[in-house]
Amino acid sequence: MIAQYLANGIVLGSSIALGAVGLTLTYNILNFANFAHGSLLSWGAYFAWLVVLVFGGVQSTIGPLSFGWPFILAIVAAALMASVLALVLDWLVFRVLRKSNIQVTLVIASFGASLLLRNLIVVVFGPEPQYYSDNIQIAQPILPGVRTTPDELFVVGLAVVLVIGLHLFLTRTRLGKAMRAVSDNASLAQVSGINVHNVVRWTWVVGGSLAAVAGVMFGLTVQILPDMGFNLLLFLFSAAILGGIGSIYGAILGGLVIGIAADLSVLFISPAYKPAVAFILMIVVLLIKPSGILGEKVQ
Amino acid sequence: MTGIVSYLVFFSILASIYSLMSLGLNLQWGYTGLFNIGVVGFFAVGAYTFAILASPPAAGHIGGFNWPFLAALIAAMIATGIVALIVGIPTLRLREDYLAIATIGIGATIQLIANNMNWLTGGPNGIYNIPQPLSAYFSSNLGYNVFFLVMIVVILLLAYWSLERIVHSPWGRVLMAIREDETAASSVGKSGFSYRLQSFVIGSILMGLAGALYASFIKYISPTLFMPVLTFQVWAMLIVGGSGNNRGAILGSVLVWALWTMSGSVVQAILPSTLQVKGGAFQIILIGLVLMLVLLFRPRGIMGSRKAVVFAGESKTVSGE
Repeated sequence: MIAQYLANGIVLGSSIALGAVGLTLTYNILNFANFAHGSLLSWGAYFAWLVVLVFGGVQSTIGPLSFGWPFILAIVAAALMASVLALVLDWLVFRVLRKSNIQVTLVIASFGASLLLRNLIVVVFGPEPQYYSDNIQIAQPILPGVRTTPDELFVVGLAVVLVIGLHLFLTRTRLGKAMRAVSDNASLAQVSGINVHNVVRWTWVVGGSLAAVAGVMFGLTVQILPDMGFNLLLFLFSAAILGGIGSIYGAILGGLVIGIAADLSVLFISPAYKPAVAFILMIVVLLIKPSGILGEKVQ
Repeated sequence: MTGIVSYLVFFSILASIYSLMSLGLNLQWGYTGLFNIGVVGFFAVGAYTFAILASPPAAGHIGGFNWPFLAALIAAMIATGIVALIVGIPTLRLREDYLAIATIGIGATIQLIANNMNWLTGGPNGIYNIPQPLSAYFSSNLGYNVFFLVMIVVILLLAYWSLERIVHSPWGRVLMAIREDETAASSVGKSGFSYRLQSFVIGSILMGLAGALYASFIKYISPTLFMPVLTFQVWAMLIVGGSGNNRGAILGSVLVWALWTMSGSVVQAILPSTLQVKGGAFQIILIGLVLMLVLLFRPRGIMGSRKAVVFAGESKTVSGE
């Protein structure tokens, strides 16, 4: 019984982890809590849904999965489109506010942008839930006492691949190293010849792409809703804070812990309270160790 | 004619309720620089506390305490203050965005409790028959609403007057000193945390008071009345009116509330019935655009003080390093 909830938690945690990485990246490099990050998740999920819709005629599926090759294409397209959306948002709003040195209002602006983007979804796509596929998935036993659908295994596998890819990107590539340098100390990075503007742009691309994939993964395993990103935002922030804001590996770890905790809580209280569980964990972390598990000092 | 009058009375009562909230937010944000993105949560705590304590017995959820109006009002304010303490104590020592994150969490959590804790809040059905003070003495609805308006305007003026007194008192000057330069303020022995916490709690109590009055005025509350968009409206009111200025907060409330209700009627008139469900979304997009444009082109709002917190951020954002 517990093993099953643990498995569910890992599936939810995979989405949260990828979303939280983007959040923590923007927090560290751009220096503000981006409340619009949840909207990137929702938009990513809807972008992918659009692409799948275009390929509506393609009915064949990959092995036991509920979707076919168009869906893989849709994930890539969604990541690209969400990156563009993030860059446009930055260019239209955040860039201007950054320039005028009124950094604190960035948070308010991002909160406004999040509501705006969420309601644009309602206007464009309608308020009703959507699904990538009508195929019904049957949960198969994979371990004693644990049943998962093939889609859920795909989601966890994709998350693992992306996390490894992100790790290689940050440690092996010039751009990745530059990103870590800017996040550690922007002024120092600038005097050593790193193009900070370029790093900012790539931060949005990486964060936006991961958000889109997280949104698609959530949409695949649960459903696609205009509110999904906003509802997940609390999980993302809890994960980022638990892992230590600014720490990428912390965000991944935090995402898994929050996902598992939320799903284990179902043993004791109604599933409706999952976001509240994330919130209470966040408050506890802030009380005991505000720097999180892997983070630096926050005071 | 009476139609217009009764509509204006209704409009003014709600504008006053919003004004109380934006005054509370102004104390927190305008004077202290605290991000509260969970305004709706504190508003809901006030509304629900009042509704539970003041209502007659009802099937399905706790109630029947029949508390008198004033007692329930004060209890609602105390309950909101306690919730503010719970959120404020862990977060107000940290970098300012932590409070924003925690307040959005409390807003969501209270919404969850309202929706799911049926024995306490009536769940999705909400709480009915919330009493209105002295309603037995009035025969017409309009007459009563005029009385309610007078009462709420008196409360609003009282709140305005008290806030003006405290922000211009030594206490208020410490608040602004901390907002502008916390290191300097703490070097003369003023604890930033303690003052921030006081300001946060007082501001939240005003939001709770607004919630209690709202519950009493509309007589019926349910979770759908407490959506995150309300927080957004109050922020738009404060930013448009001008943060750091109490008169600006009230002016902004009236203006944005007028814009909101007008856009609502326009949407209703223009949109075909098939698109009506999306009407609310259009309204939010409109208010969002107004807020963004004000932030970008006139960050001080209509009446904002020159020293409003929007310009104080530069010195503080590095404190996270």
